[in-house]
Amino acid sequence: MSATLAFDLLLIVALVWSAARALTVADLFRGVVLLIVFGLLMALAWARLGAPDIALAEAAIGAGLTGALLLDAVGHLRAKREPGA
Amino acid sequence: MKRALPVVIVALAALLGAALAAAMLDLPPHAVRLPGAVAANLAASGVAHPITAVLLNFRGYDTLLEIAVLLLALFGVLALVKPHAAGAAHPAHPLLQTLARLLAPLMVLVAGYLLWIGASAPGGAFQAGAVLAAAGVLLRLAGLLPTWAAPNLLLRVGLALGLLVFVAVAAAVLGHATLLTYPPALAGGLILVIEASLTLSIGLILAALYLASTEVRP
Amino acid sequence: MSVGLLYALAGAALFAIGLAGLLALPHLLRKILAFNILGSGAFLILVGLGQRDGSVDPVPQAMVLTGIVVAIAATALALALARQLLERTGRMQLPEDRPDAETDDA
Repeated sequence: MSATLAFDLLLIVALVWSAARALTVADLFRGVVLLIVFGLLMALAWARLGAPDIALAEAAIGAGLTGALLLDAVGHLRAKREPGA
Repeated sequence: MKRALPVVIVALAALLGAALAAAMLDLPPHAVRLPGAVAANLAASGVAHPITAVLLNFRGYDTLLEIAVLLLALFGVLALVKPHAAGAAHPAHPLLQTLARLLAPLMVLVAGYLLWIGASAPGGAFQAGAVLAAAGVLLRLAGLLPTWAAPNLLLRVGLALGLLVFVAVAAAVLGHATLLTYPPALAGGLILVIEASLTLSIGLILAALYLASTEVRP
Repeated sequence: MSVGLLYALAGAALFAIGLAGLLALPHLLRKILAFNILGSGAFLILVGLGQRDGSVDPVPQAMVLTGIVVAIAATALALALARQLLERTGRMQLPEDRPDAETDDA
């Protein structure tokens, strides 16, 4: 098995694992962090597919801006549930 | 019954995934060679990077509709958020503020570079706009940008500029040929004008999607 | 097997995970997470299948670039809608998911 194939398989396992964990992990905050990890792994996958344009956009938008929006929503939800916290 | 439903959903989704995979493995080779068609027409597109050529020239209407969708999504968000008092930029940690002050101009520089390099290498309006928006989010997190209840006139012009310039160019070349078919001699310049306005609008809209929905916290 | 086909198959798996999450999870923020994963799966399929013969195809890549930007706009709109629902009902679940709803996290 060549090194690149091993890397591809490892990356795909990491992608599927982080996606599944993001949806099943008990703590919602962890779920969002896992989705950010998933976005960064996606950027790597795009680089492997010879798509540096999408890799750039995915790292900035998929991981960065989506993460900021979702984290803010989680913070908002927590502040609502635990007033004063 | 209620307990069993998620199990059934997961099983059906797994079945769909397996069917998709089986269908992919069964596909015949490509009937149409798109990369060849792009390469053959690249010289007439006005740019040297194939993806920018596809985005702004060959399939320009995708991008035209995309900026319209972005604007529409922002209208939706603005209609949903409670009008709250503007201002109230609460100061964050001084270290974060200083870092944000240092980084924001650099990010604007990177955005400009990505926009310019997009004509010949990976980069372009989308990535540049995303970096601009990230600069806006960073400034907001550092408490240097206020949230706003309603965009003022200048901001409104900036938000709509990308769509307006794109539509104006599309209308201007309509006399020459079909929609968004640029005259080859002018294509490079027109694409740069469109991309520059798109970058500004995408950056402002993406930042606004964040700024408008995050509220003022005590 | 080409790199493109390999990632297209991974995209099918992600699509299935996202779809299952979107339909089965009651919490609206989880649904939004699942929606993003589902979209990423579709993007991988689009680019991966286009490049299954091993060559780089700029057309699906440009379409996915557009798709990523539209996906974040949809996410922001969905979050604004979910916040509005939280504001009005105090919960982050759709009415039809309520009866068997357990107390979800956060």
